[in-house]
Amino acid sequence: MNKNLPVAKTYKLFINGAFPRSESGYTLPIRNTEGQLLANISKASRKDLRDSVRAARSAQESWASRTAYNRGQILYRIAEMMEARREEFIAVLESTGETHKEAVGQVEDAIERWVWYAGWADKIHHVLGTVNPVAGPYFNFTMPEPTGVVGVVASEEPALLGLVSRLAPIIVSGNTAVVVVDVEAGLAAVTLAEVLATSDLPGGVVNLLTGDKQELLPWMLGHLDINSVDLTGAPNDIDHEILEESAVNVKRTVWGDPTDETPYIIADFLEMKTVWHPIGR
Amino acid sequence: MNTNEPFNLEYAPAPESTKIVNIAKSYDLFIGGKFVKAKSGKTFSTINPATEEHLSTIAEASTDDVNKAVKAARKGYKNYWRDMPGKQRARYLYRIARQIQERSREFAVLETLDGGKPIKESRDFDLPQVAAHFFYNAGWADKLDYAFPNRKVSPHGVVGQIIPWNFPLLMAAWKIAPALATGNTVVLKPAETTPLTALLLAELIQDADLPPGVVNIVTGAGETGEALVNHPDINKLAFTGSTDVGKMIQKAAAARRLPLTLELGGKAAHVVFEDAAIDQAVEGVVNGIFFNQGHVCCAGSRLLVQESIAEDFIARLKRRVALLRVGDPLDKNTDVGAINSGAQLTRIQELVESGVAEGADIFQPDCKLPAKGFWFTPTLFTGVQQSHRIAREEIFGPVLSIQTFRTAEEAVEKANNTPYGLSAGIWTEKGSKILWMADRLQAGVVWANTYNQFDPSSPFGGYKESGFGREGGLQGLSPYVRNAVGGRS
Repeated sequence: MNKNLPVAKTYKLFINGAFPRSESGYTLPIRNTEGQLLANISKASRKDLRDSVRAARSAQESWASRTAYNRGQILYRIAEMMEARREEFIAVLESTGETHKEAVGQVEDAIERWVWYAGWADKIHHVLGTVNPVAGPYFNFTMPEPTGVVGVVASEEPALLGLVSRLAPIIVSGNTAVVVVDVEAGLAAVTLAEVLATSDLPGGVVNLLTGDKQELLPWMLGHLDINSVDLTGAPNDIDHEILEESAVNVKRTVWGDPTDETPYIIADFLEMKTVWHPIGR
Repeated sequence: MNTNEPFNLEYAPAPESTKIVNIAKSYDLFIGGKFVKAKSGKTFSTINPATEEHLSTIAEASTDDVNKAVKAARKGYKNYWRDMPGKQRARYLYRIARQIQERSREFAVLETLDGGKPIKESRDFDLPQVAAHFFYNAGWADKLDYAFPNRKVSPHGVVGQIIPWNFPLLMAAWKIAPALATGNTVVLKPAETTPLTALLLAELIQDADLPPGVVNIVTGAGETGEALVNHPDINKLAFTGSTDVGKMIQKAAAARRLPLTLELGGKAAHVVFEDAAIDQAVEGVVNGIFFNQGHVCCAGSRLLVQESIAEDFIARLKRRVALLRVGDPLDKNTDVGAINSGAQLTRIQELVESGVAEGADIFQPDCKLPAKGFWFTPTLFTGVQQSHRIAREEIFGPVLSIQTFRTAEEAVEKANNTPYGLSAGIWTEKGSKILWMADRLQAGVVWANTYNQFDPSSPFGGYKESGFGREGGLQGLSPYVRNAVGGRS
């Protein structure tokens, strides 16, 4: 029995490496299966989304210009930090209804995802890049580059693994991300943000907004400074007119699997750049 | 010999004969391996833009006709193409490639007649590239397991494809060859001003005994395209054309989560540094903007020249532009042919007028244009501000906007200051600077010390609002297979 009343954590948004409350002042309660209050989670507003996009854009160039080796090490560091806090993650997942076995499995898989994608940082070019045998005296090669700022609609099912399985392949190549998660997955997401904040990941590379996905989605799809959107966790009955917003700046839209593990997810968030140079004396 | 007599350096006319082509009075739609009358009963005329003479009457496909074509493509997919071994598909594509090579001159003359591009280009660029695209993709048909490591891929099914008028047959090849190699069947809509070479290709496809329905060609304008885009039984769409139309197509596809490839507009920066090989750079810049009358999505339409050499460079450029031979596209010495259509000419004129009105300085060489047909004098603008329309909007004509820069950082900043991102050019003799620039330019294709080079093995396509997906190379196959690259649509 605790002598003192437990100190409950405040769960906030994660923007540009900091943990602000929503500028709107709105929160949403999240309760355990017995109905006890676990947290009042911040409900992100349109302004929070815009601030996140600005942070993600500012961070993108320098994140992408880090060496692949360095990005790989940082992803591996995320795995280390998660491992150190595995009991907390398990407890968070259990508090929102997962069995112990499910929770342990999910946390272990999530840690494994970071390790697996960490290794891809300096290998994806081998698999997707090419030297092209053009019919002329030119050296010609194609290399992958990050798309830029990616909006991520995370899947709540499963809460932690659904988020990590999309986020790791998106940021490993040098993209930055603005993630929106529904409140139900908020505890796991914010706990992950705390890991990201202590893993040498530069501020702004991942920005995490808890709130109402349905409400945030049209603003994300219509934002002119987002290059690509991962709709894997978007509701199936999403309105056509909302999806059409993605055309405003020719966004790349991706519908994936919430827990897949493949380098082709990394490829979904890449651009291919081809460079020509004459060969001569 | 009287040495006081000046040499006559005028070129004698050298027109290519048109006897090699036999244009029919009218053309029907190509559906299910046969030419069939359009149910709509509607037709349109295709003309020679260099003379405004009527060439042929073309059937206009309605929604019903498009429906018929999609049905034929579905049948072709299920009955023949889907289950045909890759080795067999490859043989058909090789056969098409060979027949194109054999009839290459005929296609080139027809392309020039219908579209206005110089015979020099249709003969030496378009047609060799068309054949090469079929040949290259033919070889992939039976090797797809090696293209996508650790992933079993399958075709989408029926692919709807819409292509532009600037490289009519080449765009058809870029679309059809990889789609067929990967096991899809297609319904292709050529542009309304340039349908003839696609219809000749349909005849060639008949000669090649391609199974019925594998390739279907429906001619028409925007409404035909719309019917194809909105057809419920299409499994994938591929479009090359303007960013405005591309966005409309993306909207239609987004609602249905339809896989899509877009190859859209551009406003490429062509960056010339003070340490470039200057005369080569002048040639490159001229080729970059005046190739195919500037009707090129990746045209180097914004010249960024380093301030220290700007005066000299622009003077050389003006001298060179004055030597361009504008006129009869069938003449083998013509450098710049006819503008593709009256509508496009109006758009070019309107943008050039805006450049003058907004305060840029115009340079046009003294240049006699033919009395009939659609023509535009090669044009340079200096004193261009970033806010000018001619610096921001795609002109798609022989018009170059020139700006200057001081540092490489400024060049990158200006080059990337556009919603487009299709291509870019760099001229410098310093290797490390090329790689530094290439890394920072947001463009799908970067030409260094060259420009406007293309090859079937080299992927082509844009960043940002220039579209997504690649055409050509290994990377050009993935848009045509399911599950190759995750779930991007």
